[in-house]
Amino acid sequence: MERSLSFDVVRGYAGGPLISARAEWPLDRDPVTVLFGPSGSGKTTVLRALAGLDRPDAGFITFDGQTWFEARRRVFVRPQARGVGLLFQDHALYPHLSVAANLAFGLGAQTHAARQARVTELARWLGLTALLDRRPGGLSGGERQRVALARALAPRPRLLLLDEPLSALDGPARAVVRGELRHLLESAGVPAVVVTHDRTEALALGDRLAVIVGGAIRQVGPVDEVFSSPVDVEVARAVGTENVFRARVVRRDAGLVTLRAGEAELVAVDPGGTFEAAHACVRAEDVVVEPPERHDSSARNQLAGTVVARIEEGPLVRLTIACGVSLVALVTRASAERMRLVPGQAVCAVVKAPSINVVARD
Amino acid sequence: MDTAAIILSAELASLTTAILLVVGLPIAYWLVRSRWRLKFLVEAVVALPLVLPPTVLGFYLLVGLGPHSPAGRAYQAVVGEPFPFSFGGLLLASVLYSLPFAVQPFTAALAGVDRRLVEAAHTLGVSRASTFLWVTLPLAWPGVLAGAVLTFAHTLGEFGVVLMVGGNIPGRTRTLSVAIFDHVEALEYGAAHRTAGLLLAVSFLVLALVYALQRRPFLRWNDR
Repeated sequence: MERSLSFDVVRGYAGGPLISARAEWPLDRDPVTVLFGPSGSGKTTVLRALAGLDRPDAGFITFDGQTWFEARRRVFVRPQARGVGLLFQDHALYPHLSVAANLAFGLGAQTHAARQARVTELARWLGLTALLDRRPGGLSGGERQRVALARALAPRPRLLLLDEPLSALDGPARAVVRGELRHLLESAGVPAVVVTHDRTEALALGDRLAVIVGGAIRQVGPVDEVFSSPVDVEVARAVGTENVFRARVVRRDAGLVTLRAGEAELVAVDPGGTFEAAHACVRAEDVVVEPPERHDSSARNQLAGTVVARIEEGPLVRLTIACGVSLVALVTRASAERMRLVPGQAVCAVVKAPSINVVARD
Repeated sequence: MDTAAIILSAELASLTTAILLVVGLPIAYWLVRSRWRLKFLVEAVVALPLVLPPTVLGFYLLVGLGPHSPAGRAYQAVVGEPFPFSFGGLLLASVLYSLPFAVQPFTAALAGVDRRLVEAAHTLGVSRASTFLWVTLPLAWPGVLAGAVLTFAHTLGEFGVVLMVGGNIPGRTRTLSVAIFDHVEALEYGAAHRTAGLLLAVSFLVLALVYALQRRPFLRWNDR
């Protein structure tokens, strides 16, 4: 049987919403699952229940065949016994202890030599060696983040939980840490659950996306798939961007980057960095639909294709166009009528380079 | 100067402080953590000595633990001497009377420790007891120290309860504050001045020390 995490977390708050979040996903493939949803949707409730910090009112939590919580049989495994590493939003480092003592905090059961060795190993891996004698109070946001990650990983947890890991950082630091965090999560070799309400964070960090809206998990799937084809309108509203493609860099040239996504090549503004893999995101309203014959335009991306689906949405029409990728476009009903945009119709989908949001993946 | 009274007062205050550290910290921890609906009742009981005249506490202790009550006989069986007019009785009364002076600062200090630091320790596999010892207590210690010093100073200056429960037996229950009362009654103003001056100076120094310690930035990890 495949190793998996499955849970049904039920919790009511006085005067608040009822959380009833049920999901299951495998642990062996795709290490990073992003629990994504607007604030107040119940993400943190689920995360705290997984960590064992709160006891749900009902439901169950099973990790890799082991029951962590089951309301009916009154099973509740203490957080100490779960082997979970938790990264808090504000890092929750111990201000009265040095960085080295912070890292060693969860290693109390081991010998002094073993503790020392593990701290040295983690410090080397995360570039913290020069900081070991410092107190957390004097560290930068990015450094604190790495210390917190090292501390959580030190006791070799079986599951890593991250609560809004980048929210404590500001602008430029956030972009840098986002990139390195994905890399670290991949190389840590521990399945991780990342809670966030930030779309960019979800795209940059996640392999799998679990969308939670109104206390319920509505969709679980590969990140690009959930973004591109949400199961219902509420998930669509939560994720926001209609078109998300897995892409690889083909070349970089004069501030622009050419990406291959599916069978299509897209030119976008290079966000900088040396990434090879990325997510390319395009909002449906930024896709212009034109007749298929060649024409002149300033737009860099002109993708020939065919309309494959058409959904009426009030004054607008949502088209799905097969043009090497499956691209969703939003046009007015009047335009759709004038151009006879029905399934089978050949068209040219036009996207300006600045309309493509490129989120690095490594 | 009344050396026996000084020693007795110092002894009483130190023991009261030690006992309240052992008893008061768990009570404070419970008050911070508990979500029991009737918790406010416990809070009210702990705070009672702040508003009660010491004579009321002394009176009920004498009635409740006097040699004629079952509790008093049980006390005598365990401790070996009757409750009234004994040092043991004085100590018990002081502990009860100083309870809020210890528990309230302890509670504020423990509540001031970021909950997530404690939760982080739990997820790192550290037991509740070890977490309390290595996270909560080190971070709360300025407040714990303040509570301990307040308890010490308050017990030094205690008068009503001492007189009610302990009486005035030199070397056994005659504390500094009682000695001052005796001196004034006997119109020995010189002796009263020396003892009262000593108490004033010690109390002031102790409080000044607490406030000075709390100003020191290295004690305030949480601010950084």
